[in-house]
Amino acid sequence: MRQPYRLASGGRIDRTQSFPIFLDGRRLKAHPGDTLASALLADGVSVVARSFKYHRPRGIYAAGVEEPNALVGLRSGARGEPNTLATMAEAFDGLDAVGQNAWPSVRFDVGAINQAFAPFLAAGFYYKTFMGPGKYLGFGLGGTTRFWMMCERFIRKAAGVGRAPGLSDPDVYEKVNAYCDVLVIGSGPAGLAAALTAGRTGARVILAEQDFAVGGSLLSAPVGSMSDQWLAETTAALQAMANVRIFSRTTVFGAYDSDVYGAVERVSDHLAVPENHQPRQRFWQIKTKQAVLATGAIERPMVFGGNDKPGVMLAGAVRTYLNRYAVLPARDVVVAVSNDSGYAVVRDLAKAGAMVTLVDARADVPDGLVSAVREVGVIVRLGHAVLSAVGSSRVIAAIVAPVDQEGRTTGAVQRIKCGLIAISGGWSPAVHLWSQRGPKPIYDAEKVCFVPEVGALATLRPVGAALGTGGTARAIAEGMAAGGNFDVSTEDNETDIAADILGDDWVRDIGSCWAFKASNGKARGKAFVDLQHDVTQSDIDLAHREGFRSIEHLKRYTTSGMAMDQGKLSNVSAIVRMAELRQLDIPEVGTTTFRPPYTPVSLGSIAGHRHGAHFHPVRQTPLHEWHLANGARMTDAGAWKRAWYYPEDDEGVREAYIREAAHVRQHVGIVDVSTLGKIAVQGPDAGEFLNRVYANGMASLKLGRLRYGVMLRDDGFVLDDGTVARLAENDYLVTTTTAQAGAVLAFMEELAQTAWRDLRVHVTSVTDQWAAAAVAGPRSRELLSAVTSGTDLSAEALPSGHFVAGMISGVGVRLHRMSYSGELAYEVFMPAKAAMAVWQAIIDAGGAYNLKPYGTEAMGALRIEKGHVAGPEIDGRTTLGDLGLEGMAKKYKPFVGSVLRQRPQLIEAGRPRLVGLKIEGDKGAQAGALLFGAHAPIIGHGEGLVTSTTYSPALSRNIALGLLANGPERMGERIGIVDLLSETRLFARVVSHHFYDPAGVRQNG
Amino acid sequence: MLRLQCPVCGLRDETEFSYGGDATVQRPDMNETDLKVWHDFVFLRDNPRGAHLEYWHHVHGCRQWLVVERDTQSHEIGDARLAREVQG
Repeated sequence: MRQPYRLASGGRIDRTQSFPIFLDGRRLKAHPGDTLASALLADGVSVVARSFKYHRPRGIYAAGVEEPNALVGLRSGARGEPNTLATMAEAFDGLDAVGQNAWPSVRFDVGAINQAFAPFLAAGFYYKTFMGPGKYLGFGLGGTTRFWMMCERFIRKAAGVGRAPGLSDPDVYEKVNAYCDVLVIGSGPAGLAAALTAGRTGARVILAEQDFAVGGSLLSAPVGSMSDQWLAETTAALQAMANVRIFSRTTVFGAYDSDVYGAVERVSDHLAVPENHQPRQRFWQIKTKQAVLATGAIERPMVFGGNDKPGVMLAGAVRTYLNRYAVLPARDVVVAVSNDSGYAVVRDLAKAGAMVTLVDARADVPDGLVSAVREVGVIVRLGHAVLSAVGSSRVIAAIVAPVDQEGRTTGAVQRIKCGLIAISGGWSPAVHLWSQRGPKPIYDAEKVCFVPEVGALATLRPVGAALGTGGTARAIAEGMAAGGNFDVSTEDNETDIAADILGDDWVRDIGSCWAFKASNGKARGKAFVDLQHDVTQSDIDLAHREGFRSIEHLKRYTTSGMAMDQGKLSNVSAIVRMAELRQLDIPEVGTTTFRPPYTPVSLGSIAGHRHGAHFHPVRQTPLHEWHLANGARMTDAGAWKRAWYYPEDDEGVREAYIREAAHVRQHVGIVDVSTLGKIAVQGPDAGEFLNRVYANGMASLKLGRLRYGVMLRDDGFVLDDGTVARLAENDYLVTTTTAQAGAVLAFMEELAQTAWRDLRVHVTSVTDQWAAAAVAGPRSRELLSAVTSGTDLSAEALPSGHFVAGMISGVGVRLHRMSYSGELAYEVFMPAKAAMAVWQAIIDAGGAYNLKPYGTEAMGALRIEKGHVAGPEIDGRTTLGDLGLEGMAKKYKPFVGSVLRQRPQLIEAGRPRLVGLKIEGDKGAQAGALLFGAHAPIIGHGEGLVTSTTYSPALSRNIALGLLANGPERMGERIGIVDLLSETRLFARVVSHHFYDPAGVRQNG
Repeated sequence: MLRLQCPVCGLRDETEFSYGGDATVQRPDMNETDLKVWHDFVFLRDNPRGAHLEYWHHVHGCRQWLVVERDTQSHEIGDARLAREVQG
């Protein structure tokens, strides 16, 4: 397969091997070392994409991350990835790319008709057309919005980017932390030098390079340049150092506080399928002490008519394709520059056999520079510029004219036949990462670019072209100084590489104008500022006329700089044009804010392994396997998995929980309550500590006793409830609800460590050390007496509110006489590691007592029947009084929240308070339903709400708990329960929330 | 991403900690009964620019409450001490 534009020799590709790649199904050839872009250029493919708004044909413009046009879809099916830069996509065997934003193909695109409507698609077009006209069309505001919503999906479809695959990504992504002393970002001359000197100090160094090869700009020099030897020696020296790690294919995309950097390593993007269980991409969080910013500079396009046409290309990119990939996209070339850097391109092109016309906008250029290129046969026109590019699907000629310092035509135009226009309007240092840390770059009028301020960030040092330093030799010197932590001084460190690179010093005498127009001041054709978002110079002018003059307004009105490339090529041109229109100095116009990421980051790498079952960690109780083996349906309680119900036959949740709850009241049941928070509170002042934390008194709690407790927040609302058991003189075990375990522990630690530091107390979570089971029902005592040894469980020996130690199956356990269900009940606390043995022993012994397990749904039904409050009632907005617990509060001793709970709003009459609701009919209420008087109009938020709801087997009816204004004074009243979501209304009788055994005879017997 | 120098565990990522609020605010004495004093303690906070003392709780580490110096403008992290050892 012939590649018509590949030179016969040269380049840094492996010509001994080749493989097929595909664009829209068309078979092309590539060598190892190629990018997709270089292979396409070698084959003469000119149109690779259609533009965002006008669907103009677009070709390859750059050779790196700044590429605005050549976005393709890479791979297909589940591995498909839209919006990939052809310039960054490393070619591999079978690479499969598709053009985007075009139908039926990028070469023939129906949407290109948009170009005919271009006058109507200027800045702000969508807003004006679709947000505005409603009022003129008589739609009114609502109509306008509807009109926009109707149009929006067509507009979005026509506006052009690729589509994400709708399939799950089959590949693996990793997240890794890395630690180093010096992070060097960029492996051009400055970066390599910095890594070398830093490595020699013994520091741990990471050198990150986004390309697949190290070398940066050195790779764009002709093969055999003197710099090649330096590159080879330096790379070898770095590879030999054990303390230096070189990460290629790794883009540092974000700079964050505390010297943390985000980077993505494209481990397998250059392969069809990742090998050997390797991830597709690896997300690095790099923590360093110092960083060296050696990210180089991005070349600036010139602004003239048709500057977006296939065949217009950045001059530096032309040099890269020529020297690195041995691709000469056309024989006749016009090189248009406003600075010295283009002269090296011109010389290399001429040496490769191209017919070159050099057009330099500057009238005054040193003779030596000009004669050096004239010697190799280049036609040089000083004080000239390209006014427009001619051609449709590719450039066929350039219109050139003499221009003044403002870029206006001053004489006759001339048409020069060419297939390639190489442009260089100056350079913009890649300050993005530096600026992400906060400081704004400053405008340097001499270098005609925004540069970072030296010393503004102590731990991130820009060097080389990123600092606006011209010249490879000086870049190396600065890199060496930064890597070695010395002051940046260039004088003594000059190397002899400079001599090899002609016109390499782009700083000298750079032209300040790179936008060219006819003598009337208008561009000759569409002159693009932002190619990726199709923003033209005239859009900037329009924004100015319409008052969007602040740089931030300009950006949003025209969308300049808001595409995927984030204005890498366009920002400076937009700023300069606005400065010109407003007659301001460039620093007065300012820059927009740089934010991460520098280049797009895949969602897969951000998610890492956190998807599907691994999205969130899961907590399992020590009895988890038993529940699964015994047919439990599980439910989520925060991070916990809990047994929800144990269906028999084909029971659903409703049948199962009703049966389970009824069984507990008639026989005996067992439920896993290991998820309860458990906190050891220990120390000589533990009793005093708990007495302050809980609203009810804990000071009087005796050894061997336990007590229900409720605690408030500082603001006076109820935080949580639970139990406190006094295990020893200075040793208490606190239980909390499952949901609040973390919050209660953190609050206790805060109080102990920051507020009451004089108290000698220590709090420790023992949730994971202790499993717990509640054994509840009339036969629980018989069952546990049979299975427990070493203690007496009789009512006399172990009354309510007491606990004892005992042995079950040879394991030491503690039995708390505490009931949540309202039945005679015990909580068995067992060491987590032995929990399964203890639980199984109770189950085995339980056969004789008709023991059955029950789940959280039945547990909830039992507690609602009993009128215990739980999470739905303790919702952070209820007081002790609201929950009917006012009597628990200590009268004379202060406790957490004791003052603010007396705030007027918290004690005012009419607050919704806890009631029971006996619901009429067969249908249960929805939690969250509103309460209205039976005959009251349904307006507003009602007089309260339903909090917890269940079918009560004990009462054989649907019941609920709720919060009702003045509830306790309204016993017996008939009330409406309104669910506005399902538009249903039920009626209920207001009763005490103690539906079942209010005297507590059953649980205390 | 901030990194905090935990006196117990060393230099650790922000994600291991939870923010605990303004460490310059003094909690009233338990026996304080003035509603306004408690109100101000619970609800009123300054929004200072520059150097600041903050509580950070090392929840995924040693579980110690720390008093950390942080510059609210630059996010520069200074000294971090155990709250229980801070005078005042």
